[in-house]
Amino acid sequence: MRTVYLDNNATTQPAPEVIAAMQPFFTELWGNPSSMHVFGGQVRRHVEQARAQVAALIGADPSEILFTSCGTESDNMAIRGAVEAASPPVNVITTRVEHPAVLEPCRMLKEHGVAVIELEVDGKGRISLDDLRLALSRGRAVVSLMWANNETGVIFPIAEAAELVKASGSIMHTDAVQAAGKLLIDVRRVPVDLLSISGHKLHAPKGIGVLFIRRGTRIHPLLLGGHQEGGKRGGTENTPYIVGLGCACELAARGLDDELTRVAALRDRLQAGIQAACPDVRVNGDEAHRLPNTLNISFQYIEGESILYHLSDCGIAASSGSACTSGSLEPSHVIRAMGVPFMAAHGSIRFSLSRYNTAADIDYVLENLPPIIKKLRAISPFAAP
Amino acid sequence: MWDYTDKVLDHFRNPRNVGAVKDPDGAGEVGSMACGDALKLTFKLDKRGRIADVKFQTFGCASAIASSSALTEMIKGLTLEEAEKVTNQDIANFLGGLPEQKMHCSVMGREALEVAIANYRTGKTSKKILEGKVICHCFGVTEDEIVRVVRENRLTTVEQVTNYCKAGGGCGKCRDEIEAIITRIRGEEPADQLAPQSAPRLTMLQKIRLIEETMEKEIRPALKKDGGDIELIDVVDNRVVVALRGMCANCQVARFTLKDVVEARLREFVAPDLVVEEAQS
Repeated sequence: MRTVYLDNNATTQPAPEVIAAMQPFFTELWGNPSSMHVFGGQVRRHVEQARAQVAALIGADPSEILFTSCGTESDNMAIRGAVEAASPPVNVITTRVEHPAVLEPCRMLKEHGVAVIELEVDGKGRISLDDLRLALSRGRAVVSLMWANNETGVIFPIAEAAELVKASGSIMHTDAVQAAGKLLIDVRRVPVDLLSISGHKLHAPKGIGVLFIRRGTRIHPLLLGGHQEGGKRGGTENTPYIVGLGCACELAARGLDDELTRVAALRDRLQAGIQAACPDVRVNGDEAHRLPNTLNISFQYIEGESILYHLSDCGIAASSGSACTSGSLEPSHVIRAMGVPFMAAHGSIRFSLSRYNTAADIDYVLENLPPIIKKLRAISPFAAP
Repeated sequence: MWDYTDKVLDHFRNPRNVGAVKDPDGAGEVGSMACGDALKLTFKLDKRGRIADVKFQTFGCASAIASSSALTEMIKGLTLEEAEKVTNQDIANFLGGLPEQKMHCSVMGREALEVAIANYRTGKTSKKILEGKVICHCFGVTEDEIVRVVRENRLTTVEQVTNYCKAGGGCGKCRDEIEAIITRIRGEEPADQLAPQSAPRLTMLQKIRLIEETMEKEIRPALKKDGGDIELIDVVDNRVVVALRGMCANCQVARFTLKDVVEARLREFVAPDLVVEEAQS
């Protein structure tokens, strides 16, 4: 059966080039990069080359790149590490639609007495810079705003926000896990202090992440017990994955044009095709400021999990903000924060593309999806007969 | 993905009895858009008072659709007195089981049936009548409903209650109240009903009766739907001798059924040390 993978905001297929680059680090180049002999020395060079490749993707200096185990670790370290290092104590400002890797540490800090302000979003998933200004007026803060939302693809005005944050003397973190590789990121022009990246969202394998730490930013480590990464993160370097991520970042930098043009066009074609074939749908999120690969769309009268299972029967992979898919009973916090009505929230489907998708993939989805929607609506007590 | 049984997936992919019966004798509607699932059930009786036609419409996940479809298959041809004995556990069993977090789908089926039967008898509104105090405001679950799922399914934790009827799955403010209800019911009921492992020692007669009852309620329905049956031959100490009948008699899979289903159920409900053996023919 034909398969079409449109769940790239969940994870991406590792690029064959990445896997090839990693291979030698499982076999001949297995030394510890910290060792004072040739086994370590030759590996160290590759780790530093990877650091430079990652730095190049976001316009950073290699010394500002810290390797972590995943995006979640990067987010945790950024927020907890910056709050711990701040003296006198600071507030935390974030938004209601962040990834749990940001929301949960913020809520933990709240329980420890830190003042946490969660900014609201409007119906299109946008924050207001006036709200941010107001929150900043309440004192110095660690601010964590995602560059782009994983569920809706909505892009926050990170450049403007970072200017405001820096002007107020606060610290700016951005979770760029979904943005890296899909949007141009240049920390020379956007004054963020801390920025998280996850390898498996840009065609590297799972188990590797990055925290960009601008030179001069005060931050405490999360993992103690080693001098690695300039003493900011203990633990022997995960050399095969670091090398893989370096390769993935280089590919991402080269593929950015393709992402912003061809992939965006495929996404637009998918959206237009669904809108033409299925009545009573609504696109969730700000279409004018959205990742080029993401489409979040609600099908009225029916529920997301049943759509996903039928799609999966056709070999099509997507995801949903419905309650049933998560095992919880509440629909996605992102969709609900936007004030999307319950039924549309339960019937929301996210399609997220990658460089590996083709026009034939989109045609295949447009051929198979409308009959599924029709079939489920025929069962629904809410759909008009 | 959820670990759905083939039967759940079959009823989801090919739902039986979809739609609404014309001029129904009874109609029941439960759930809501906010809850994420809703079910509308309609039926028509024949002259002998049996369910001649029954149809459903469901908004919900794969297991909600499968549970609704299963329910219609199960009650077709039954009298209302027979139909109202169907429990949510029966629906789950018919489907070969549901993931714990999806048990509320089977409860929704049982509730819709109840409302539809009440609608037939009283002619009252087809909307679900909320009886008693609402405990969970997020999902509109009353004390009566919580008490019922706790009793019928022998639930012991708040998490289970949430899985079975959603109560406590929203803001979580009612979790203490649910805990109190569970504690109260535990206190009320004889210890052997909630915790069979700590049951007092049974006399041989009591044991045989309990084995028969368990076979009747927990085992036979599952075998019958595959055209099989089971007969109790003898009980010697902790050995339970049974004979498989019908389709089960010549079925290789039935050997597994004996251990995995019959023995497991008897150990759960009667005594943990029972061993099931097949009678030599």
